[in-house]
Amino acid sequence: MSFKGGWLNIKEENYTEADALLRYVLRLGDDALITGQRLAEWCSKGPVLEQDIALSNMALDHIGRARLLYKYAADLAGDGKTEDDFAYLRDTQEFRNFLIVEQPNGHWGDTVTKLMCLDTYNFYLFDGLTKSADAQLAGIAQKAIKEITYHAQWSAEWVIRLGDGTEESHQKVQASLENIWPWTGEMFEVDQVERMMDEAGISVNPESIKDAWNTKINQVLDIATLKRPADCWMQTGGRKGVHSEHLGYMLAEMQFLPRAYPDAKW
Amino acid sequence: MGETHSLEERFQQYVEAENKVEPKDWMPEKYRQTVIRQVSQHAHSEIIGMQPEANWITRAPSLRSKLILLAKVQDEAGHGLYLYSAAETLGIDRSEMIEQLQTGKAKYSSIFNYPTISWADMGAIGWLVDGAAIQNQVMLCRTSYGPYARAMVKICKEESFHQRQGYEIMMHLAKGTKEQKAMAQDALNRWWWPSLMMFGPSDENSPNSAQSMKWRIKRKSNDTLRQEFVDKTIPQAEYLGLTVPDPDLKWNEERKSYDFGEMNWDEFYEVVKGNGPCNKQRIENHINAHNEGAWVRAAASAYAEKQAARKKSTAA
Amino acid sequence: MTDKSNWKIWEVFIRSKNGLSHKHVGSLHAPDAEMAVKNARDVYCRRSEGVSIWVVPSEQITASSPDEKEPLFTPSDDKVYRHPTFYDIPDEVGHM
Repeated sequence: MSFKGGWLNIKEENYTEADALLRYVLRLGDDALITGQRLAEWCSKGPVLEQDIALSNMALDHIGRARLLYKYAADLAGDGKTEDDFAYLRDTQEFRNFLIVEQPNGHWGDTVTKLMCLDTYNFYLFDGLTKSADAQLAGIAQKAIKEITYHAQWSAEWVIRLGDGTEESHQKVQASLENIWPWTGEMFEVDQVERMMDEAGISVNPESIKDAWNTKINQVLDIATLKRPADCWMQTGGRKGVHSEHLGYMLAEMQFLPRAYPDAKW
Repeated sequence: MGETHSLEERFQQYVEAENKVEPKDWMPEKYRQTVIRQVSQHAHSEIIGMQPEANWITRAPSLRSKLILLAKVQDEAGHGLYLYSAAETLGIDRSEMIEQLQTGKAKYSSIFNYPTISWADMGAIGWLVDGAAIQNQVMLCRTSYGPYARAMVKICKEESFHQRQGYEIMMHLAKGTKEQKAMAQDALNRWWWPSLMMFGPSDENSPNSAQSMKWRIKRKSNDTLRQEFVDKTIPQAEYLGLTVPDPDLKWNEERKSYDFGEMNWDEFYEVVKGNGPCNKQRIENHINAHNEGAWVRAAASAYAEKQAARKKSTAA
Repeated sequence: MTDKSNWKIWEVFIRSKNGLSHKHVGSLHAPDAEMAVKNARDVYCRRSEGVSIWVVPSEQITASSPDEKEPLFTPSDDKVYRHPTFYDIPDEVGHM
């Protein structure tokens, strides 16, 4: 069973609320899956054993959330698709995750900085989603918010440790921050899906998250003795299925087995 | 002179009476060194063992299997940590143990020097390698050194999920498509003998076995454990409809046990010596992760020191 | 190559359910208390076995000498283990 067009071919302006909801749930699932997949790459490579375990825990959280979201999407699609169909049988243009989550892990500083940006965003997003008009989404958010809170604390603490650690760590993490900054803007974009979901009381308006996010990030960077990067041109495209070169490689690795053995059940 | 001699005798009586030795108890120096060596090498095995399995996390063929594999590898990290902690109670530092591992002074289970080249290897490792480990570990729950025994109890509780996970993968493949079944058979062909070698050389060729048994560090002989493992595993292979790659395998009605073929001890000693397919890469990965993480650990230490100083000055 | 950035050892105590006492479950390495607690949750509560976590730097624990009736035990050593870094050896003495 694979996706052969169909659901992709509906034009934005013709979305029904159901179309928008399916897409909304899927993009959240994609964010979670790709984040989890990147975190899983750290397994056995962490700077200290205890942190290896911490990262694996977080990867499990993200991938677990992806499953819940994909299962819900499968229900919404209502045509017999499964969570694994969404994860393993879509090509890059059908994935709608943010560009930031597919950026490579880099070194420890790069990873915790990226996570801080993402986790802080997720915290405000999922906190809002606990009050979603969509009961399923609210339920998923209620399950997720506890672990997301933990993630946001964890990554902020690490940015602080590195920012206010040694001269070397300070320089490294400042560079990490400058490098990831152009990918943070996408998180606050409002497109047709976001507009419709917001109107229906289902989602949280990204622009409303932006203020809270900026305040929190500034607070953390201040404690970390780090400089907030200057405003810059923000990268975009993930929500439209226009990805960086990284996603193709990630999917090739992730999807290899079901695609190589299409008759097999995995 | 007479004092020490009687201390050792008393220690021997103490462990023979199934008492636990705790960190601050008197113990023969050789006992302490033996336990440090065994526990740290056990820890190293868990940590190095993460690599061949972590190899397949990003390629797991379903979200559920990805989660299960990730959880399993995370468990192994945790087990390594329990064991490093237990070893530290005897006066060795974790960084010292890491150095021993990276310089080859300390060993780890040789099985992890083999490559994982198909998804079926995840099944075979869980079923056979964890299966063999469990055989050993259940025995170690009764080991004489307290912290080691307690770590083993915790590990055993978590380990049964690992073997079940592996066997479930094997079942799924063995009853799947032709290609999947072939994948499973191929994995069994490659992992069977190395799994038997996990129990180590025959006891007559194992120099430390006798003393370890005396001190109740080790509770059963290598050969006994290996035989138990074979007897337990053959029916499991039969259930899968797979063939164990041993032409000499035969049920012995008299012993009520399986006779099995001779192991390739040349290969065993070569791999232990460092000439296995993956020895270099396993250690290199460990060294690289450790070295690349040095600045991170240093930063965290520096920050902690700054925080402590700040607390002191605000309190003053 | 000994790592100069040795993190401290922390002992971990977990209360797995209300009504029970905290139980010593093991130890871990961390540079500060926040990380120690988080690590303890990650390592010792992976199957959600914890309601309350205590972490204490090992060096802060004072231990009794085992019963003096038993001559097997060395007296007057109030550290938790035989850990070498618990003992402050002056630099002039050299590596020990």
